[in-house]
This record gives sequence, structure tokens and C-alpha cells, in this order.
Amino acid sequence: MNFNATLIGQMITFGLLVLFTMKYVWPPIIQAMQDRQKRIADGLASAERGVREQELAKAKAAQMLKESKQQAAEIVAQAHKRANEIIEQSKQEARVEGDRQLAAAKAEIEQEVNRAREQLRNQVVSLAITGASKVLKREVDEAANAAMLDDLVAQL
Amino acid sequence: MSETGHSATGYIVHHLTNLRFDLTRMHFLHGEESGGFGVIHLDTLLFAAALGGLFLWLFIKAARNATSDVPGPLQNFCEIMVEFVDTQVKDSFHGRNPVIAPLSLTIFIWVFLWNTMDLVPVDLLPAIAGAFGVPYLRTVPSTDLNSTFGLSISVLLLIYYYSIKVKGPVHFSMEILTHPFGKWLMPFNLLLRIVEDLAKPISLGLRLFGNLYAGELIFILIALLPWWLQFVLGWPWAVFHILVITLQAFIFMVLTIVYLSMAHEDH
Repeated sequence: MNFNATLIGQMITFGLLVLFTMKYVWPPIIQAMQDRQKRIADGLASAERGVREQELAKAKAAQMLKESKQQAAEIVAQAHKRANEIIEQSKQEARVEGDRQLAAAKAEIEQEVNRAREQLRNQVVSLAITGASKVLKREVDEAANAAMLDDLVAQL
Repeated sequence: MSETGHSATGYIVHHLTNLRFDLTRMHFLHGEESGGFGVIHLDTLLFAAALGGLFLWLFIKAARNATSDVPGPLQNFCEIMVEFVDTQVKDSFHGRNPVIAPLSLTIFIWVFLWNTMDLVPVDLLPAIAGAFGVPYLRTVPSTDLNSTFGLSISVLLLIYYYSIKVKGPVHFSMEILTHPFGKWLMPFNLLLRIVEDLAKPISLGLRLFGNLYAGELIFILIALLPWWLQFVLGWPWAVFHILVITLQAFIFMVLTIVYLSMAHEDH
């Protein structure tokens, strides 16, 4: 139980232990702890930022939804209006077309009537000539009477 | 063990004798034989070095693989220790010194491991060593005055080193000579300072030694009792000793921090 060289030996061991601890133990562990602390702080901050951004995005989305609903309603209204216009226009056009076709038909009918009348007139003329020649029972000089017959045709 | 022919006194004395090797005459010392300062306690040195190695092995292993990701159990443990010591250092030491915190960690863990050897059954390791022909073995380094004073004198040297480094030799000498009674009472100031500085390592070393020595002695006394009483008394004493072990390591560390921080501050 007396002091001896063990004291020196223990001091040397102690010195070496402290040296190794300072060099190889303390810095990496402290570094790791500080890094983790920083990472946790960063993570919390970014989480908070994320929450804020999400709220912002939510508000924005709601706003956009509202706007698009409004736009859709406007478009539907416009489309209704346009459809009514188109229907009106079509009705108008149909009416005009109908009138036009009616007029054309009428004109054609008239033309047909005129042509028939002309034909009838010609046939009547030839019938009359045939009748007359039969009545007269003699040769009628067609060339001599042509002028007179043309005159007659014009009077019909 | 006590029944095998040893007397109780012989048993106790045997347990309190170190494995001594005389460096000047190059042979082991036996029994009452005494040597001078050239003697070393092989068991103390060996166990202290082995425990220091265990400490370094554990912590360097953790430090090598230290990540800022999720830490494993070992890293977790080491980080708790490091943070605990770091908090203690930051609480009492306000300067900047890269040595003090690692130093305190070393002291805390190393002294704790020394003390923990006290919980190993008193006869276990000496019996094993005896089987290999080693006559004496003391397993608890902190029950050797050389260990505790080795530490406390190292701390004293560090106190002087930092006092001179921080304050400068002149300022430090002035402080020794003129505090606390002013420059007209220089001899008294010097005397007081010597007492103060002697008290630091002596109180540090003796406190640790005394607590652990007493603890070990009681374990040895309990080992002398009949077997059915050994457990009844040994178990509560061991449980109580867990507190002493931790507390003494903690006290040694905290006082070291306090002394070193005092060395950094002006009076």
C-alpha cells in the first residue's frame, strides 16, 4: 500500500487514453450528433414549410375550381344562346328556301302550261288545217295559204 | 475459500496484496517483502490498461461507424455518455478548450470501469489466476492508491499547465503571491495556495480510493461469512455499490472539470 512506479505507469496510461479519446472518439461522435441535430432541425423546418405550401396550394386549388366552374357556366349559357340563334337562323333560311323553291315550282308550272298551250295551239292549227282541207276536199296550196295561216296562228 | 487453512487475517491480507514486481532487482516480491519506488503493481497496471482498452475499443468502434442517421445501440450508448459529459463540461466550464471534454469522458468511463471491477466476486479472478500460478491478484485498480493518485496528480499537472498557459507565468505568479490577502501578506498567500493545491489531488485521490477500498474490504469480509449469509449481505451491498461506483466516477469527473475551469478563470 505504498507509492511506487505504478503511479507513473498509470499516469502514462491515462495520458494515452486521453490522447486517443481526443483524437479518435470525441470528434466523430460529436460531429455525428451535431449533424443529426442539424438534420432534425432542417427536417422540422421543411415539414413546416411543406404544411404552409400545402395550405397555399389548397387555397389556390379552391380558387381555381371556383373560377373554372364559373367559366363552365358561362360557356354553357353562351352555348345555349348560340344554339337558339342557330335554330332561329335555320328556321329563317328554311323559310326563305321554301319560298324560293315554291317560286321556282310555280315558274316551272307556268312554263309547262305555256309550253302545253303552245303545243295545243299548234295541234289545233294542224287539226284545223286538216279539218279545213277535208271540208274543202281539195288541194290547198299550203304555200299560198301559209301567210294567212301564220296570221291565224298568231291570233289564237 | 476461508475454510481452506487460511486464517481470516491471512485471507484479507492476501486479498489486499498486489502482484508486485521489483524493476530494480527484476523479480517478484512475496509476502511481507517490501520494495522501493522501483516496484510496479502488475495487476493494477494490467487491469487498468485492459479496462482502458475496453473503453477505447467500444468508443472508437462507435466513433468509426458514427452516422447522423438512425444510430445503432452502441452508438446510442456512446452518444448518451458523450452528451452527458458534454453537458457537465458546458455547465461548469465556459472557456474554449478541446481537451477538457474528452479528458472528462476518459476519466468518467475509465474510473467507472475500474470501480465496476469491484462487483466481480472477490475470489473469482484471484482463484483463476492462482490456478495459473499467479500468487497475488487485486482486480480493482481504484483500490490502489497509485491509480487514484496517478489520476489526481495528472489533473493537478493539467491545472498548472492551463493556469500558466492561460494567464501567463507572470500573472499566475502574481496570483499565487497576492491572493487572497493582498501583496503585504505574501508568505501567507503562498502558504495558503500550497495547502489549497495540495488539497486538490489528495482529496480527489483519497476520496475515490477510500470509497472503493472500503467497499472491497466489506466484500472480502462478506466472503468470510458462511455461504448462506454471503448472499443475504453480499447482494444488498453490491446493489448499494452500483450507486457508489457511478457516483465516485461522476464526482471525480465533475471535480476535475471544476478545478480545470478554475485554472482558466481569473480570481
